[in-house]
This record gives sequence, structure tokens and C-alpha cells, in this order.
Amino acid sequence: MRHSLFSIVRNAIGGNRGWPAQWREAAPKPEYDIVIVGAGGHGLATAYYLAREHGISNIAVLEKGWLGGGNTGRNTTIIRSNYLWEESQKLYEHALKLWETLSQELNYNVMYSPRGVMMLAHTVHDVQSAQRHIHANRLGGIDNEWITPEQAKAFCPLLNIEANIRYPILGAALQRRGGVARHDAVAWGYARGASALGVDIIQNCEVTGIDRAPSGEVTGVQTTRGAIRARRIGVVAAGHTSVLMAMAGVRMPLESYPLQALVSEPVKPIMSCVVMSNTVHAYMSQSDKGELVIGAGTDAYTSYSQTGALHISAHTLDAICELFPAVRRMRMLRNWGGIVDVTPDRSPIIGKTPVPGLYVNCGWGTGGFKATPGSGHVFAHTLATGAPHKFNAPFTLDRFRSGRLIDEAAAAAVAH
Amino acid sequence: MLLIPCPWCGPRPELEFRHAGQAHIARPADPSATSDAEWTEFLFLRSNPKGRHAERWRHASGCNRFFNCVRDTVSDTILATYKPGEAAP
Ligand SMILES: Cc1cc2nc3c(=O)[nH]c(=O)nc-3n(C[C@H](O)[C@H](O)[C@H](O)COP(=O)(O)OP(=O)(O)OC[C@H]3O[C@@H](n4cnc5c(N)ncnc54)[C@H](O)[C@@H]3O)c2cc1C
Ligand SMILES: [Zn+2]
Repeated sequence: MRHSLFSIVRNAIGGNRGWPAQWREAAPKPEYDIVIVGAGGHGLATAYYLAREHGISNIAVLEKGWLGGGNTGRNTTIIRSNYLWEESQKLYEHALKLWETLSQELNYNVMYSPRGVMMLAHTVHDVQSAQRHIHANRLGGIDNEWITPEQAKAFCPLLNIEANIRYPILGAALQRRGGVARHDAVAWGYARGASALGVDIIQNCEVTGIDRAPSGEVTGVQTTRGAIRARRIGVVAAGHTSVLMAMAGVRMPLESYPLQALVSEPVKPIMSCVVMSNTVHAYMSQSDKGELVIGAGTDAYTSYSQTGALHISAHTLDAICELFPAVRRMRMLRNWGGIVDVTPDRSPIIGKTPVPGLYVNCGWGTGGFKATPGSGHVFAHTLATGAPHKFNAPFTLDRFRSGRLIDEAAAAAVAH
Repeated sequence: MLLIPCPWCGPRPELEFRHAGQAHIARPADPSATSDAEWTEFLFLRSNPKGRHAERWRHASGCNRFFNCVRDTVSDTILATYKPGEAAP
């Protein structure tokens, strides 16, 4: 059913009992043209664009848990495109442009809210690095501007710009088109759209093996719900990518770390933008429900525990209390962790692997939610045509052999 | 927070330590004879296993020495710590 003013009114009159399921409950078929492993935002978006733009709908998206239950449903939803290198700018800006019309495209409200993302500078080095980013962004046609502490305070009145704090604010880089979106709605909207176009979304179906012919190419997957044949497989499994690729004998330049976030009790609107600080490691925004959404850092060690250590979030709360003294007495409601797959250059890997028929989209680490529509769009192109889209062409696995790294470590020093 | 047994100082809180990545990665002995594939393996490729994992730690706020550790990456239980040069248990 299409969502419209008419359907809302009609269902309101009917006591909201007339809404159909948003996607079909699918059982696995013996064979598909393409199997996608992982029903996070990136996997679901890939399936959606394959069906919508490439006319391939004989696709299964296999998910070991429930769709959107991985990092997609655990992240703090910051969206921005002000990355340093040209390759990254193009990829993240491609996604940002898709965000702008995504609710209309999917006929599903993903609550994309370009409320402005402000990145604080606290040291001379921060100032220089922020200004370098701003210049690089402006050359790339991406909005990013330098603002003074007073302008930052005007943009976010909650901010403490006093000179007597441990790391006083010296200025900030502001991307006004940056913002947030509703993470669950992104997964649900893509799932609904893909399902309507014929894609099978199969939950509670864990991939346990990848089958290969004697000549090397993939022939299908083993799952907890039986074997499924496919000549093309796209692995979009975030923190579990190394585990899945090992099933095909491929070693990856990835390490998986717990990354956590927390939310406060809900309060009236007090913050209308996103504020991030790499140096003191904290970032915060306010959800439409009124909770303050706070992101902490990764743990020091690799882990699949899907929970972060308490001292990591305590450290972040120290910084939050210093930057936003007004929230000091608020209580935290929940905290949780996800497992993020981090590459040596902090840029994703989207494309072919040494195994014919096996494709991978991973390495988004602490900051891939913002890329969800763009990532799905270019990965669908890659799976459909066997060749990369111009925006993911530089993001190969082979760059770790050739040395053409895309070093965004400076931009991603804080987890977002 | 982990309680990590330093082989020299005994059990200490994680805050005293720095994680130093996967253990038992040997630098190629003859760099000029090393292929691109071998460099890739040495520099970038990691096992990243779900389960038993050998990793290095440095007791930064203690004896400041490196040592190796076997940890289960699902439960984060530390199964053993041992001195550099010793074989993984
Ligand atoms: C706390 C936190 C905060 C974050 N904040 C931000 C932010 O503010 N902005 C931003 O841009 N990014 C942020 N990120 C990063 C972002 O969440 C991820 O980069 C992005 O959501 C990855 O999407 P995905 O679809 O690739 O992965 P996921 O949503 O994790 O999807 C992968 C799916 O694969 C499934 N899977 C794994 N193994 C198997 C198997 N064997 N068989 C079948 N299925 C399998 C998993 O169950 C999972 O559902 C944050 C992450 C975390 C954890
Ligand atoms: Zn010691």
C-alpha cells in the first residue's frame, strides 16, 4: 500500500487495523541470480537498487538475525559528506544527494533532517586540520564553512565556549547540509521497497559457508536454512565480514571493534544540530523523541562481543559534561554496542574480490550509516554489471597491494 | 574493563595497558626480495577471528613491556598471557 494523506486518513478511521505487512515473509528458494549476505541498510539498499535500476529482482537478502538489527539499528545516524579526499567526497556526496530525496523515492519517511553538523576545533592542530578540510571541500563543491566560537554558540546555545574549560573551543567547521535520519526507517523503507519489487528478504538465516566450483568461482552458500545456489554473492556483513570472507578463503585488511552509543532520558528540545569533537572524543544530537544521542569511542581491542566497556562511555560523558554543562544532571537511559569493521585507511572496500563471483562491500567502520543510499547504489551497479561505478572504482580491495590508499584517518578520528 | 595478567606484574586493570594488534606477525627478513603480496599480508591483512585470537599488549603504565595474550573475541575471556619469544599455548 502506498503511503499518502489518503491512506493515513482511511486507516485512522479504520482504527489503524488496515495496514498490511511492510514486506513479504519469504522462504529460501533453491537458487537466485544474486545472494546478498546481510540485511543491514547497505545490503537492503543494494537489493533495492538492483531491482529498481538494473531490473534484477531474483535476489535473496540473507540475514542471520532480524533486518536492521546490526550496526544500522545501533548507530547515531550522523550524516555528512565533508571528507578530505576527492574520492571520498564524491562517494559520500553521492549518498548525501540521495538522502535529500530518499523519503519520496521510497514513499517512506526516513526522517532525514539536514540540521547541520558542527565539528569543533580545540587546538591549533585542530584549527589547521579543519581549515584544510574546508578548503578541500570547497574545491570539491561541498559545503563546509569555518565559524568562530561565538557563531558556534549562536548555532548551538547549549555549547560552553568559555576560555576556562580544559579544551576551550577555538572555532568549528560547519556543514549545514549534514544532519541525521531515522536509522530503523532506512532499513524498513529499503526492505519494503525491495520486497515490493520481488526481492526475497530472509531473516533468521545465517550463512555458514560459501561454496566454490573446482575452478574457483562461487556457486552458492550454505545457510542454517539449507543450501542456496547463486553465481553472484555480495557480502555486506559489516563487523562479520572477515568471518564470511574466510569461508571463501579470502583474508581481509579488517579488524572488528566494539563501538558504543548511549541515550539520555527524553527532554524538551534543547539542541537542534549535531556537535562533534574529535579531540575530546564526544558527539551529541537530540532525537525527535527528545533523547540526547551520544556516541562513544571504540574499545581498544578487537571483539565480537557487541558490547563496549563502561570506562569508554564514562570517558565520553566526561567530555559531554564539559562541553554541555547544562546536561550534567541528566540520566542515561540505555547504552549498547555494535561491531564495526575498520580498514587501515578508514575508507570502505566496495567491489570485486580475488574469487570470481564474490563481491564485498565493507570497511565502513564507525561511519557508514551516512553512506547507506550511495553505497547500495554503487554496489548494485557493481554486482549488476561486473564493473565498478565511477564513484566506487577507487575503493578496491587491491589498493592495499597497489598502495593507493584513501587515508581518511584524520577525518574519522572520532567514531561517527 | 578487562583484568589483564601481565606476565611480569600480575593481574592489572585494562587502563594500564595499550593494545598492540595481532601477535606473531614477523617483518619480512629481506625487504627487497619481498613481493607485493607478502607486503600486503604483513602490513594490512589480519586474521580478525571470531573466537581464539593471539594479540599483543604493552603494560604502558606498569613495566612497559610487550607481551602476548590469547583471548576469546566473543566472550573477551583471557585464556593465557605469555612472554615474547614464547610459543602460543
Ligand atoms: C554505536 C555506533 C554508532 C555509529 N554512528 C554512526 C554515525 O553517527 N554515522 C554514520 O555514518 N555511521 C555510524 N556508525 C556506523 C554505521 O552504523 C555502519 O557503518 C553501517 O550501519 C553499516 O551498515 P551495514 O548495512 O553495512 O551493516 P549492518 O547493519 O551491521 O548489517 C550487516 C548485517 O549482516 C548480518 N550478518 C553478519 N553475519 C552474517 C551471516 N553469517 N549470515 C547472515 N547475515 C549476517 C548482521 O546480522 C547484520 O544485520 C555507527 C556504528 C555504531 C556501532
Ligand atoms: Zn607489567
